[in-house]
Amino acid sequence: MNEFPKILSANWGKPNSAGIETYLASGGYEAARKALGMEPAKVSQEVLDAGLRGRGGAGFPAGRKWTFMPKDNRPRYLCVNADEGEPGTFKDRDIMRFDPHMLIEGIIIACWAMQANNSYIYIRGEFEEPAKILEKAIQEANQKGFLGGKIFGKDFNLQVWVHRGAGAYICGEETSLIESLEGKRGNPRIRPPFPPQKGVFDQPTTVNNVETIASVPFIIREGIPAYRKFGTEKSPGTKLFSVSGHINKPGVYELPLGYPLMNFINEVAGGMIAGIKLKAVIPGGSSTPVLRAEECQNVNLDYESLAAAGSMLGSGAVTVIGEGTCMVKLLEILTHFYAHESCGQCTPCREGAPWAAQIAKRIHEGKAELNDIDVLSSLGANMMGRTICPLADAAACPIIDFPKKFREEFEAHIRNKGCPQAKPFPVEFK
Amino acid sequence: MTEPGKVRLSIDGKEIETSAKATVLDAAKQAGIHIPTLCADDQLAPYAGCRLCIVEIEKMRGLPPSCATNVAEGMVVRTNTPELHRVRKMLMEMLLSDHPYDCLACAKNLHCELQKMAEEFGIRERKLRHLTRESVLDESNAFYSRDMTKCVLCAKCVRACKEINGVTAIDLSGRGFNSIVQPFGDGPISESVCESCGECVERCPTAALSIKKQVWPDKEVSTICPYCGTGCGILLGIKDGKIVGVRGDKNNPVSRGQLCVKGRFGAFEFIGHPARLKKPLLKKNGEFVEASWPEALDYMAEKLKPYIGADRFAALSSAKCTNEENYLMQKFARAVMKTNNIDHCARLCHASTVAGLADSFGSGAMTNSIDEFRDAELILVTGSNTTENHPIIGYRIREALRKGAKLIVFDPRETWLANQAWLWCRQKPGTDVAWINGLIRIILKEGLENKKFISERTEGFEDLKKTVDKYTPEYVSKISGVPEEQLFQAARAYATAGKSSILYSMGITQHSHGTDNVQSLANLAMVCGQIGRAATGVNPLRGQNNVQGACDLGALPDVFPGYQKVADEALRKKFEDAWGVPLSSHPGLTIVEMLNAAADGKIKALYIMGENPLLSDPDLHHVEQGLKALDFLVVQDIFLTETAQLADLVLPSACFAEKEGTFTNTERRVQLLNKALDPPGEAKPDWEIICELADRLGYPMSYPDPAEIMEEARKLTPQYHGISHSRLKGGCDLCWPCPNQDHPGARILHQDRFTRGKGKFTAIEHLGPAELPDKQYPFTLITGRILYHFHTGTMTRKSAGLNQIVPGPYAELNPVDAKKMKVKNGDQLRVASRRGEIKVAARVTEVVNIGELFIPFHFYEGAANVLTNPALDPVAKIPEFKVCAVKVEKAAGEK
Ligand SMILES: Cc1cc2nc3c(=O)[nH]c(=O)nc-3n(C[C@H](O)[C@H](O)[C@H](O)COP(=O)(O)O)c2cc1C
Ligand code: SF4
Ligand code: SF4
Ligand code: SF4
Ligand code: SF4
Ligand code: FES
Repeated sequence: MNEFPKILSANWGKPNSAGIETYLASGGYEAARKALGMEPAKVSQEVLDAGLRGRGGAGFPAGRKWTFMPKDNRPRYLCVNADEGEPGTFKDRDIMRFDPHMLIEGIIIACWAMQANNSYIYIRGEFEEPAKILEKAIQEANQKGFLGGKIFGKDFNLQVWVHRGAGAYICGEETSLIESLEGKRGNPRIRPPFPPQKGVFDQPTTVNNVETIASVPFIIREGIPAYRKFGTEKSPGTKLFSVSGHINKPGVYELPLGYPLMNFINEVAGGMIAGIKLKAVIPGGSSTPVLRAEECQNVNLDYESLAAAGSMLGSGAVTVIGEGTCMVKLLEILTHFYAHESCGQCTPCREGAPWAAQIAKRIHEGKAELNDIDVLSSLGANMMGRTICPLADAAACPIIDFPKKFREEFEAHIRNKGCPQAKPFPVEFK
Repeated sequence: MTEPGKVRLSIDGKEIETSAKATVLDAAKQAGIHIPTLCADDQLAPYAGCRLCIVEIEKMRGLPPSCATNVAEGMVVRTNTPELHRVRKMLMEMLLSDHPYDCLACAKNLHCELQKMAEEFGIRERKLRHLTRESVLDESNAFYSRDMTKCVLCAKCVRACKEINGVTAIDLSGRGFNSIVQPFGDGPISESVCESCGECVERCPTAALSIKKQVWPDKEVSTICPYCGTGCGILLGIKDGKIVGVRGDKNNPVSRGQLCVKGRFGAFEFIGHPARLKKPLLKKNGEFVEASWPEALDYMAEKLKPYIGADRFAALSSAKCTNEENYLMQKFARAVMKTNNIDHCARLCHASTVAGLADSFGSGAMTNSIDEFRDAELILVTGSNTTENHPIIGYRIREALRKGAKLIVFDPRETWLANQAWLWCRQKPGTDVAWINGLIRIILKEGLENKKFISERTEGFEDLKKTVDKYTPEYVSKISGVPEEQLFQAARAYATAGKSSILYSMGITQHSHGTDNVQSLANLAMVCGQIGRAATGVNPLRGQNNVQGACDLGALPDVFPGYQKVADEALRKKFEDAWGVPLSSHPGLTIVEMLNAAADGKIKALYIMGENPLLSDPDLHHVEQGLKALDFLVVQDIFLTETAQLADLVLPSACFAEKEGTFTNTERRVQLLNKALDPPGEAKPDWEIICELADRLGYPMSYPDPAEIMEEARKLTPQYHGISHSRLKGGCDLCWPCPNQDHPGARILHQDRFTRGKGKFTAIEHLGPAELPDKQYPFTLITGRILYHFHTGTMTRKSAGLNQIVPGPYAELNPVDAKKMKVKNGDQLRVASRRGEIKVAARVTEVVNIGELFIPFHFYEGAANVLTNPALDPVAKIPEFKVCAVKVEKAAGEK
């Protein structure tokens, strides 16, 4: 762990950090009590003014999302997205493992703001241990009267349920998550209607990422200025980064937004493994555009700086790629992942991704022609922005970018009739 | 300014005004602009998967799919830019890349949407190298093949199965490129819950789903399905003078193109079957010999002449024949033969409905229309296996369920609907009056009745109230076997729902107290005021395609067309004037009475048109005796049926596809038939035969066509006054009553007043079935129909496919009974009643209760009606098909 200000990971090192007593001792549930004394609309406004943006990938302002919920008398739902299936992303798991009450308190506040009486935590099927910890934490909160009927003595009921996912990456996409919650095959829905109009069981629903919700208690308890003390003007607060790849100290780190990427790699995360040189970084999860080493030099870890560099903050999963890595092989692996995870509804995604994977494999094996590189690019272009959900965009991203940014390497494979390197990775990926 | 609910947009520079609810694709279609599609279907929710229908819309990001994008005011759409063409072409290339390369040998060659689209995009070769999809060819279904290597994953089949039929036999499994459409568990489709309706096959753009032995027609003729009373519209496909297939007619307002397995796959093989009768057959020395028409009709006229006016002649008309033919047949009996001995098989299915509802409400028909079921909040189904026997009405109920309607089923068998119901009450057969009275009592005790409705719109309430008082939940539960708690639940839910609809069928009517059952349901509806409004009412589903019309047009012994009593002097006068002869004032005999009278020697000559009493009537041994005792039996039919074989003269008639006329479906909708083919050999339409015969008996009947017959009939039939062929041809969509030529017809009856004025409550006591199980005959036998066959099987058993699915007779037996008797599935059973014995295969299933047996009556080789009890309802004279006592044994040494 580093010496930076801690909001989300404040309790992580403490003994029994997941227990309610530990959480209470650190001022836990005061924010919820405070929020329930406020007008619900005021709570949303505070979260909006604090500048908290969605940590699930798209970065949509959380407070604004909450105000989309219609004010009619239908039942409303909050779904917490704990599916965390993107390669390289493993931050939400730690929140749930080490400090589940922070998430639960965030849920209470968000539900009060939206006047939702039920919340589902949709948790990735493989997360057996975090799910158990959450269940236990919910039980504790129930016993304390923080959940259940008339919580905090207010005329407000709130039930929180943990729903174990069915083990598909696509179920992390919010409408697919909703279908899956309803017990159906997790196919993304056509939008509109959007979840606030027609979500779980056709009722108004908001879907938020675990980290987004877990950031809320601090904002309410300490106030907007305290939160805005960290981060930048447009990207305030802190964020969890999960770093992996050719790095000495892979793991989850909490940093104020706006922290320089190179400092993160070289200092916080212990530098490149085995002293190899940096080749590229995928800064925000596998669905964000890759940056070549030279593009990383002046980039900061916040929404604006990464966008300016042509990539995205995404979920904050930083994948560090060392010199000597075969980008064709990496493309094959990534594309294969997406091909495998496509739900299969849309032609461009269902057919395009396996095609791209097949072509990448052919290039890597030296069975391709020069023209295949262009087929790859045009496949990617045809997948982008043409589908029901953004999975195809995510898949298209490396299919378009890799041949563009590393064209030389692709061509070398074809000339060489195979991978010019002895092995695709200099060191094993972590 | 655009009208409210409308928007204006521009597509490819064309200004279009359309409904605000339309999609961009709808709007383009409306403007005649072609957008390529693979996954869109106007009856299915948008899927937006294939992405071929993408368009450019100003101020919208990306390329939105027009099938899933709503129109908006001022939208500017482009459907055909080079960029769109390029993207679509790439999509097509992707789709083709994993498609087998054998178009020339494919069942859908030249009829495949993928192929057509490839042509549209000028794709001649594949850019992408071949990726193959692995799958096993599934030929297990009787009618269609499944070859998933040709699937483009448009999911139309999956959605049709879910959204149209509602069975959900198939779904997508696997993900991404490995997605595949499969029945549950990936077994052969024939082992799934698939009902072979073909809604999926109809929509599949490729040969992934294709009809076996598909022959593409040169032309199609729109007409009405010859089977059940739903009255679905079919298109008969014709090639080289033969019918080669059937499709649903999307323009038909009842079915909107949807069909069940019988209509889609089983409605045409019989038409061109070699066994069709082609020449009149005269029996000489016990053998049939062919005769010419003049010879046959002269002979017939000579034989019938002595019986004119003697009431020793009887005629059986037919629910399979047109309204016009039924009108003529009853006119023939009444005006030519001077007798009211005319009846038809409605006696056997819904005579109690006609009698009961006419007495309670004033009209013996469905009070509401089929489509209204979709909007009901609660549907109470009793004695109807709707999804099998009126499948398209079943689809409408499934639609209502998907929309959240509550379903209550009272049925001794666990039908599909019972299985899906919010509440299924398994009453003992023949205890319907008891449970209905029980519900009424609970409703009254809890004050859930509609007091205003009762006081303003009905009469006889006090008597009803007194009578139901003794039907306490305990008492009713003891009689019917339905738990008290369920009676409370049913009563409360029915009474308190905003729109409750009752739907029933033969399970209510075919009892020795069928009229009581029907009137009890009428009582229930009136107590709660659940009638006279949309999506409420009491709705009998009629069995045969034209049983409603045959009744309406007077093929009944006590009434002229339009239910006008023969005993009523003024009404009789009206018909005497119209027909120019004096008419008999005595009501004639009903079917079962006719056959009894024949056995007793009181009826000597019988003219049967399109019926097969030797399979359809109760106590067949007795029927046979009756038929054999006749001096003269004429059967006019399309096949040499079991009954025809006993005849002295057999006349070959045209089937539905070979003639014109009208059918009236169960919701009182009058629909036109269109002639698709000439009848085989010398066969003639029934109406022509009747006319030629009447001429010979000194009563000339001359009509140029059925339209003229209807002109005469409608003037005499108040409900049909405004219904003419010319209006129907002009596209009018008419349900009777339609009192004049400008009237739009009526979907909902009894809205402000009942047809008879006030609704009449009838106080009714429960009387059990005429025959109850005892020591000697310990089982209760229920008879009925199944999805895959129709009536006496004359038509459906000519379909190889339907026979493949259900080849022969069987009896459903509860596993508990089967275990006791050491009977396994498929073992032969000997089933006997006091009247006869048959052998059938055992089908061990929990669908029937312990101590009960169900046998479908479609099969001559195991004819259920050998066993049934001819005990009659005293009012409607309907026999008790639904309950009789039988004994069951394993047939020794046989499998
Ligand atoms: C293919 C796909 C997978 C996704 N997986 C996740 C996930 O595992 N966790 C998550 O929080 N968001 C995921 N998302 C984003 C969600 O759709 C949604 O935007 C997010 O949960 C909203 O929360 P936020 O506004 O708090 O960020 C995924 C999106 C896509 C397209
Ligand atoms: S883009 Fe891919 S994952 Fe998303 S809906 Fe379409 S096929 Fe499914
Ligand atoms: S035939 Fe009908 S029931 Fe069978 S799979 Fe197709 S749609 Fe479903
Ligand atoms: S089987 Fe036919 S209808 Fe079904 S998904 Fe495949 S192509 Fe579409
Ligand atoms: S539901 Fe009845 S009318 Fe319709 S197709 Fe089936 S048998 Fe024919
Ligand atoms: S027709 Fe619109 S996406 Fe297939």
